[in-house]
Amino acid sequence: MSSLYRELIIDRYKAPLFKGKLDSPDIFFHDANPLCGDEVSVYVKLDENKNIKEAKFEGSGCAISQASIDLVLEDLQGANISEVLKLDKDYIMELLNIPLTPVRLKCALLGLKVLQAGILVYMKKQENDQE
Amino acid sequence: MKTQQEIINDFPILKVSVNGKRLVYLDNAATTQKPKQVIDAISNYYLEMNANVHRGVHYLSELASEEYEEAHRRVAKFINANGMEEIIFTRNTTESLNLLAYSLGLNELKKGDKVVVTRFEHHSNLVPWQQITRKVGAKLEFIEITDDGRLDMESAEKIIDDNTKIVSIVHMSNALGTILPVKEVSKLAKEHGAYMIADGAQSAPHMKIDVKDLGVDFFAFSGHKMLAPMGIGVLFGKQEILENIQPFLYGGDMIKLVTYDEAQWNHLPWKFEAGTPNVSGGIGLKVAVDYLEQVGFDTIHKIESDLTNYAYEKLSELPYIKIYGPEPKYRGAVISFAMEGIHPHDIATLLDEDGVAVRAGHHCAQPLMKLLNTDATTRASFYLYNTREDVDILIESLQKIYKLFS
Repeated sequence: MSSLYRELIIDRYKAPLFKGKLDSPDIFFHDANPLCGDEVSVYVKLDENKNIKEAKFEGSGCAISQASIDLVLEDLQGANISEVLKLDKDYIMELLNIPLTPVRLKCALLGLKVLQAGILVYMKKQENDQE
Repeated sequence: MKTQQEIINDFPILKVSVNGKRLVYLDNAATTQKPKQVIDAISNYYLEMNANVHRGVHYLSELASEEYEEAHRRVAKFINANGMEEIIFTRNTTESLNLLAYSLGLNELKKGDKVVVTRFEHHSNLVPWQQITRKVGAKLEFIEITDDGRLDMESAEKIIDDNTKIVSIVHMSNALGTILPVKEVSKLAKEHGAYMIADGAQSAPHMKIDVKDLGVDFFAFSGHKMLAPMGIGVLFGKQEILENIQPFLYGGDMIKLVTYDEAQWNHLPWKFEAGTPNVSGGIGLKVAVDYLEQVGFDTIHKIESDLTNYAYEKLSELPYIKIYGPEPKYRGAVISFAMEGIHPHDIATLLDEDGVAVRAGHHCAQPLMKLLNTDATTRASFYLYNTREDVDILIESLQKIYKLFS
């Protein structure tokens, strides 16, 4: 019935591939969308070149928010964290390939924003450790 | 008497199509649609009457002033207040309740006093009291909710005591639809000498309000939830109390005499209406009230209780739907529900594809949602222009959504 809820989105919402926790991750961050209560936490382990070696998420909320982070983590395996920081809403629109209204775009963006916030915290900490 | 088809024909927006489907508007607890009588009255005000009120002596200003005052008188009659002096126009229920938090709460509460609200409150009857009690060192306490989603009167009897200075409760829950026994709680408040406030945002649109019968000192409601435009709300207050409490907003129109050092307040209700008011909104509200009374609350109740019972029954037949709140006889025309494994925002988005407008979220009652052990629900709310066919479309669409996710 819906182009917004194409099969891929519903499949990944019901059976996500990257749901779970990682012990002692290099990157961890959690945030929520206060309007709808969507929540996402991400766990990332990096290799020596700061590429994403392993990533997992936990969360609850609507199908768009949860499927989106699952697809993002799949797509960004091996990606360098500095590259991840450059990604914006166009990336998400292309990845999900569904028509999103401004309100629902916030749901779709939540996961990427959490990941990027986690990377920024990690980079800040690295900087401080070096000083 | 109008037939329901005639009522429906009065609402031009119901002819709008959404995603190629007929609009099925089931978000009436958020705001209602406006009949053409109200739209015409607003338009007519700007076409033929617009001027600032209470100052000019020219023709238009006098006309606008008279119409604006007449709107106060009309609303007074609508809720059985003694007169225009007891009717303050505000922007909405939230502003009415803030007015009370400041004018009554800030000035009348002392350290150790108690303000009592309920677990049902909309943020607008919770957050202002949180702020004011904190400021003056008063306590904020809550009347509990029963397991089946009604007000726990035993808890009310325990909590309302001689230290209680203000009791402020919602008349009908926007999140669950529960109708609260305001009259009984008023009696308790009066026994202990407390001021009694009712938040009527959800009740005034659907039932005959008689402030004397309810026994309240204050009653707040919004125009936009009862066919009037947005930006006009009402605070009823007993004249003898309004005479004795401080204004909320200061400035133009609320004064009688001003020197560089001090000011005297204008007579009621203008003491509480600082600045240029929403005149067209007031006139729109008057026409909305006329419309509601012309249809009659008996008729409105008949339409709504039929729809609520019907929807409750149909939703109960779906095993994957969980309905929140009490059985239909304790509730107004609101049904909040959850669907197994599907988030309310997904439900609302998919319903929208079928032209069905509902609300999904926490309904400005986050603590209540937490108490119910959920983040959010989907809410369908009805009004006088809704039909059983609207409910059928809702149910069919919900069945399709469940199938899509399973």
